[in-house]
Amino acid sequence: MTQQPVALNRTDKPAAVASATKMVIRGVSVYYKTFRAIKNVDLPVYENRITAFIGPSGCGKSTLLRTLNRMNDLIPGARVEGKVLLDGEDIYAAGQDVVDIRRRVGMVFQRPNPFPMSVYDNVAFGLRLLGIRQKSILDEVVERSLRAAALWEHVCDNLNQSGMALSGGQQQRLCIARAIAVEPEVILMDEPTSALDPIATLTIEDLLQTLKENFTIVIVTHNMQQAARISDYTAFLSMDDDRAGYLVEFGPTVELFTNPKEKLTEDYITGRFG
Amino acid sequence: MAPESIYAHVNLRRNYRRRKILNTVMLSLTGVTVALAVLPLVWITVYVLLKGGRYLNLALFIHLPAPMGTPGGGVLHAIEGSLVMVLLASLLAIPVALLAAFYLLARPNTAVAQAVRFSTDMLAGIPSIVVGLFGYAVIVVTQKHYSAFAGGVVLAIIMLPVVLRSAEEMLKLVPPEMREGALALGAPEWRAALRVVLPAAMEGIVTGVMLGIARAVGETAPLLFTALGNDHYEIGQIVRQGLHYHQSMGQILGQIFGQPADALPLTLWKYAQQPYQERVQLAWAVAFVLMLFALGLNIAARAWLAYRRRKLYG
Amino acid sequence: MPRQVLESEIQNLKNQILRLGDMVRQAMLDAIEALKHRATNRARQIIAADQAINALRFDIEKAALVVIATQQPLAHDLRFLASVLDIAGELERMGDYAKGIAKINILMGDKPLLKPLIDLPRMANITADMLQAALQAFVNDDAETAAAIPRRDDEVDGLYNQIYRELITFMIQDPKTIDQANYLLWAAHNVERMADRVTNICERTIFTASGEIVELDTDENGNAR
Repeated sequence: MTQQPVALNRTDKPAAVASATKMVIRGVSVYYKTFRAIKNVDLPVYENRITAFIGPSGCGKSTLLRTLNRMNDLIPGARVEGKVLLDGEDIYAAGQDVVDIRRRVGMVFQRPNPFPMSVYDNVAFGLRLLGIRQKSILDEVVERSLRAAALWEHVCDNLNQSGMALSGGQQQRLCIARAIAVEPEVILMDEPTSALDPIATLTIEDLLQTLKENFTIVIVTHNMQQAARISDYTAFLSMDDDRAGYLVEFGPTVELFTNPKEKLTEDYITGRFG
Repeated sequence: MAPESIYAHVNLRRNYRRRKILNTVMLSLTGVTVALAVLPLVWITVYVLLKGGRYLNLALFIHLPAPMGTPGGGVLHAIEGSLVMVLLASLLAIPVALLAAFYLLARPNTAVAQAVRFSTDMLAGIPSIVVGLFGYAVIVVTQKHYSAFAGGVVLAIIMLPVVLRSAEEMLKLVPPEMREGALALGAPEWRAALRVVLPAAMEGIVTGVMLGIARAVGETAPLLFTALGNDHYEIGQIVRQGLHYHQSMGQILGQIFGQPADALPLTLWKYAQQPYQERVQLAWAVAFVLMLFALGLNIAARAWLAYRRRKLYG
Repeated sequence: MPRQVLESEIQNLKNQILRLGDMVRQAMLDAIEALKHRATNRARQIIAADQAINALRFDIEKAALVVIATQQPLAHDLRFLASVLDIAGELERMGDYAKGIAKINILMGDKPLLKPLIDLPRMANITADMLQAALQAFVNDDAETAAAIPRRDDEVDGLYNQIYRELITFMIQDPKTIDQANYLLWAAHNVERMADRVTNICERTIFTASGEIVELDTDENGNAR
């Protein structure tokens, strides 16, 4: 019996509306010295979609996220095997400019980390790094970014106030504004709401829904409900006996949370893990 | 049958009374110890202020010492000497200490880092007179004369571990996300350090630097072997003389740093043991000035930090 | 196993669904029995008892919603709760059909039965068995059994067709019987509808167990499509 597909806003979105693949994680393993933190992960990241990484603590979600803009380079002894393609190009290939990769793949952190400077200077930080000095351009981009981060109304009458004087939720939105000011293609978010209260959390979640129209978003969250609420695709990672994180299941969020294919996923999302 | 409740054997009322009494006793005890801890500080301060304040006058700050046995005169030579040597010490020690602290932060576990940490700890533990002796052997003997330069160098050596270790601790307190946040925007490491991490740690670093300067200002022993002392050290005069003879800037600076110089604690130490009453009085006045200096430094730093905090955290 | 609160709530809902099923089944069997003996007093009792069925249905719905709101169920748990909401509704509708049979009994007034009831009680018995088996399969998360149950619907449909032809024959032979024949036809139709709803319950069971949505309904010839 054939059924007419019913357009139910969310259910068909990831599957029915095709989206280009922005990034591909291909056979990626991450080592810290001799310890293997991630083993052999294969995963696509779709353009203008929110992809969530979920899994028990220690499964390497954040580590995997940080391979996407080579933040792991900063950890002495960390080594990445495999490929991470950004628009088809391996960002770990020889001759890749890390600075340029990080400009294209921005990041927002767990704890809001406004720099110890004014709101304006925070947002302009990345722009000045790019060599933009012209006041009119800076003004325009700062305003545009703050508006996109739903913060403009709260700070427009005093852009000289310190970023650290804002509330936690506002600080995180400032960090988002700072990240999008340099017009990245992908934004990585490492548990961006875990330090925020529920209201601020929902504000950020709403913001992500508008941001995905212009950016590709990858978010790590320890809050499954959050992943279910906001993401289009979900990757469930778990830890093997050798404590290496691996991908258990990847799929459209709607499917993963209503009808997961893997028993382990079901056990995890229904809270019957272990 | 249900087991007997433990409260059959407990006298809650008595426990409460006992707790109350014990609490009162302990609280009083802590109060007494606090008073004991603060007492010497208050005592010294009040004593010095009273004793030294009596001999305080404008001449103290603008005149060189009068010849021995004559009243009047000031300690301008010591004030200027202290300033010159502490300035030199700060210029030498602070940048080195901060850069080294950044190194320790970035590469905390390398052999070099371990060595730096170990040696700064050792350095902090070396008696300052030994550092002075080192300055004497390495600088004074080679140059064949005592100098403000040698004094500045040994003060720098004494300052270095204080500033370095406190700076390292303060930098460690900056959340790693700060640095990572800057790097994630594509900032080079030096820029992340200078523009983001350093300002974030500024409060603690300033406190550390204050401690270092206070330490350098108060040192006497190492200067005995290096700066020696100089009753006629007067920068204004050196500059005037230099200009008169058309000396270059370098030559003048050479004069300033090349001569033996005096310092407040050094003067204090020397004058205090002289048999002339005027000199002993002057020594008390110097003690007063030294305390004033420490106090002023502290107040200035705190005021600046408070201003900065208000600006940063609203 | 973690999640004891959720587990015990689920068990509680299963018990309540079984209880509701028993009430509906009993109401139907009683309604047919009362019709068979033209016991209108009994019929009135059945009509009154339907309120209890409705009340239990709403209690179950409320309990399921509370579990959804407080326990954040996902995957199988979520499908189970969605099915509970659905099945409680189906059972309530089935209760209404039973009530309908009782009403027909009263509407028939003092007119006697056209003929002794034989096929209709058989239909009712099969439907009652199907319902019981279907709910048991739901509670046991047994998709296989659930998939097999609707096949018995063919028997019910067969009996219904037989009753239909029989009653039509009565009506053609003697138009004065049209009234009574129609009443019986309605009663038979109600039972047939109840059996169809059992099929819906079986579909829910399969969905709960596997996440697949399948249609088990049969065409008018009784063949699975």
